[in-house]
Amino acid sequence: MAVLMPAPTTIARTAAGMVASGELFFHLAASLKREAAAFMVAATAIPLGIAMGWWRLVYNQVNPIMEILRPIPPLAWIPLSILWFGIGDAQNEFIIFLGMFFPILINTIVGVKNIDPNLVRAARSLGAPEHKLLSRIVLKGSLPQIITGVRIGLGVGWMALVAAELVGANSGLGFLINDARSMLRTDSIVVGMLTIGLVGLLIDTAIRVLGRRLLPWSLALSR
Amino acid sequence: MGHLAIKNLSKVYGDAGTTGNVVALRDVSFEVPNHQFCAILGHSGCGKTTLLNIAAGFEPPTTGSIAVDDVPVRVPGWQNTMIFQDYALFPWMDVSQNVGFGLEMKGLPSHKRQDITRHYVDLVGLAGFEDKFPHQLSGGMRQRVAIARALAVQPHLLLMDEPFAALDAQNRSFMQDELVRIWEREPKTVVLVTHSIDEAIKLSDCIAVMTRRPGRVKQFINVDLPRPRDEDNKSYLQLKRHLRALIHEEVEVQRR
Repeated sequence: MAVLMPAPTTIARTAAGMVASGELFFHLAASLKREAAAFMVAATAIPLGIAMGWWRLVYNQVNPIMEILRPIPPLAWIPLSILWFGIGDAQNEFIIFLGMFFPILINTIVGVKNIDPNLVRAARSLGAPEHKLLSRIVLKGSLPQIITGVRIGLGVGWMALVAAELVGANSGLGFLINDARSMLRTDSIVVGMLTIGLVGLLIDTAIRVLGRRLLPWSLALSR
Repeated sequence: MGHLAIKNLSKVYGDAGTTGNVVALRDVSFEVPNHQFCAILGHSGCGKTTLLNIAAGFEPPTTGSIAVDDVPVRVPGWQNTMIFQDYALFPWMDVSQNVGFGLEMKGLPSHKRQDITRHYVDLVGLAGFEDKFPHQLSGGMRQRVAIARALAVQPHLLLMDEPFAALDAQNRSFMQDELVRIWEREPKTVVLVTHSIDEAIKLSDCIAVMTRRPGRVKQFINVDLPRPRDEDNKSYLQLKRHLRALIHEEVEVQRR
């Protein structure tokens, strides 16, 4: 029994050992690096979402493709992505990217569409040309919803990350817990799982706090 | 600058002649001379907001035209700017940034923008609130910001869509007085849409009373009472009775 569910004291001891040896931070850093790299690419969902939310033509052209791709779980891409990218960072990041992209895209579109139409009319009535309207009103007005999308996206990406690392990586928290399994080190598995949970929570909290700091005017974020 | 001429203006939503189309305005014509304050008075659904939207360039007319100083209105712009009932302040900008927004769009250099912004913030009585955001202000203060923001761009025509409808009675009366005070200091051609008879008399040089849909001008009345307008004055009450009768007729027609 002790093997299947280790005692909390054992877990604590193992955790201390993994922190001291630097093993935990090594894998955590690998995972965070992939999450960050994937986010850099997934952030393209913001300009695309603004274009789709603002111009009906773009929406009509792009949305059917997105609607077909969106329901495919990121994990279903793992086999194909291994053939495309091989095993390693690029493949992992691609899976994470897929998990992040759609929540950010959809929230950005919703954010643009939900902007009070009177704000847009007021800006036009004060002489704002189209490009200023986009940068000063549409982007700013949809930021609270975009931040919500980023929050969800980073969360989904984090989950996809661990799954991707289970299969196709030789570092990272997902690799750590899978590697520990093969040696029946359930204590290491639990430490890895707790780290994944804690760091996920930290990322989410950081984005929330950042959103409130940057957009003090947003009632949606201050709640 | 700011002679408004509305000529044979009609607006039909949906295809003319087919069932299901709505004639919002039919053959509306009137003129507002430069620097006069004109109220459009009518019940909800009489097309008065449609008229304002066309004057602001938000919607094209079906037939006829609206012109300011003989230049037809086609697109929205600072020349014919609008003040909204819900203020439409940009929530992510403080008072100064809101007031300065139109000036920035006009491409004015920063120091000029600051001077003009300060002048209009002072004019509407918001000195000291420059750094506040809209959600930190009361309804009346928000409408002051909206007025300052619209005046700052020096429009030829200022359009107001029931600007005080969201305020409580005391605040509304106070803001009406304030609007007259501001307008007397910086005269503009103003078109204000309202369903309040008192608001129309208190503020305007002329009143266009609209019929129910399809909206037409039922009567165009010039108001030459001295300002500030005394609500107990005999001519004021006479005009009020007259307007009430006109509006009442429209309600009666609708009921039948």
